[in-house]
Amino acid sequence: MQASASIHSNDTLQIDGVQLHSRFLLGTAGYPSPQVLAQAIDAAGTQIVTVGLKRTLAAQGDNGFITMLQDKLRDGRARLLPNTAGCRSAREAVQLAHMARELYATHWVKLEVVGDEHTLQPDPFELVQAADQLVRAGFTVFPYCTDDLVTCRRLLDVGCPLLMPWGAPIGSGKGLLNPYALRTLRARLPDTVLIIDAGIGAPSHAAQAMEMGFDAVLLNSAVAHAKDPVVMAGAFASAIAAGRHAYHAGVIPVQDFAVASTPVGGAPLLL
Amino acid sequence: MQHVQIELDGKPHAVPPGSTLAELIASLATPAESVATAVNGALVAGDQRALCLLKAHDAVLVFRAIVGG
Repeated sequence: MQASASIHSNDTLQIDGVQLHSRFLLGTAGYPSPQVLAQAIDAAGTQIVTVGLKRTLAAQGDNGFITMLQDKLRDGRARLLPNTAGCRSAREAVQLAHMARELYATHWVKLEVVGDEHTLQPDPFELVQAADQLVRAGFTVFPYCTDDLVTCRRLLDVGCPLLMPWGAPIGSGKGLLNPYALRTLRARLPDTVLIIDAGIGAPSHAAQAMEMGFDAVLLNSAVAHAKDPVVMAGAFASAIAAGRHAYHAGVIPVQDFAVASTPVGGAPLLL
Repeated sequence: MQHVQIELDGKPHAVPPGSTLAELIASLATPAESVATAVNGALVAGDQRALCLLKAHDAVLVFRAIVGG
């Protein structure tokens, strides 16, 4: 069977009325060339790729990356999810989201409002405020948030259809730093689409998230900065598929002591 | 005639009196359809830029698409 992030045809992810077969969302920054990014998107089988916006005077030429992505968009093979990276307040994020909607012609937005420069940790207060305004303005908000349960509930209360809690700080590659909090989120919000976003470094981290019952994974650096981004994109696709299969199959509970697997009875056989 | 001083992407910028946002974008040698614009925090859609007269001290933001995570 070919490894793929799509599991089987009826195990789809529903977002904003859109049926997605892939549970792998991929960032587009930091690739060595548009061609490598295009191949990585194909290897990942992703159907949602994230993009950004930058002030024109500060932006260098994009060397064809955006043109390539827009071509893929026209093929219908990928949807663009613009982000509000770099925003430090609700006001900035709301303004940038409106500009993203104009520029990318989509009402989907990955809402990022950072509250700490060192960790790039989301600011929960500004995030909820921005999400509230954007939902009222007709956006479908994908909030990048921490694993704090109450903040997540507030984001759902204002109309976010899903949540994107961090695994670890952006670009850190540390994996799932707080599995307890993430398990709690999954348990307390069983019907919410939860996408682990940020901090994933290795395919095993993505598999772990999927085994825990998360609905999808969003990552960028782990693929873009790999020695071979295309092969790594395929590796993540396999891991996400494996983790999803394992979640459905049911991972056995952890035991403190050995549990014999060979049914030899209580005493060794001496012939 | 004295130019009008505005702020473009956070930096001082001068435009001829009576300039519109569309004329400012054209002067940047950037395809108009490849940017999104806001004046004083409010989005100005592409089809409204020609109607948007720039005044002194207006804060103009011009954003373009880039890759992102």
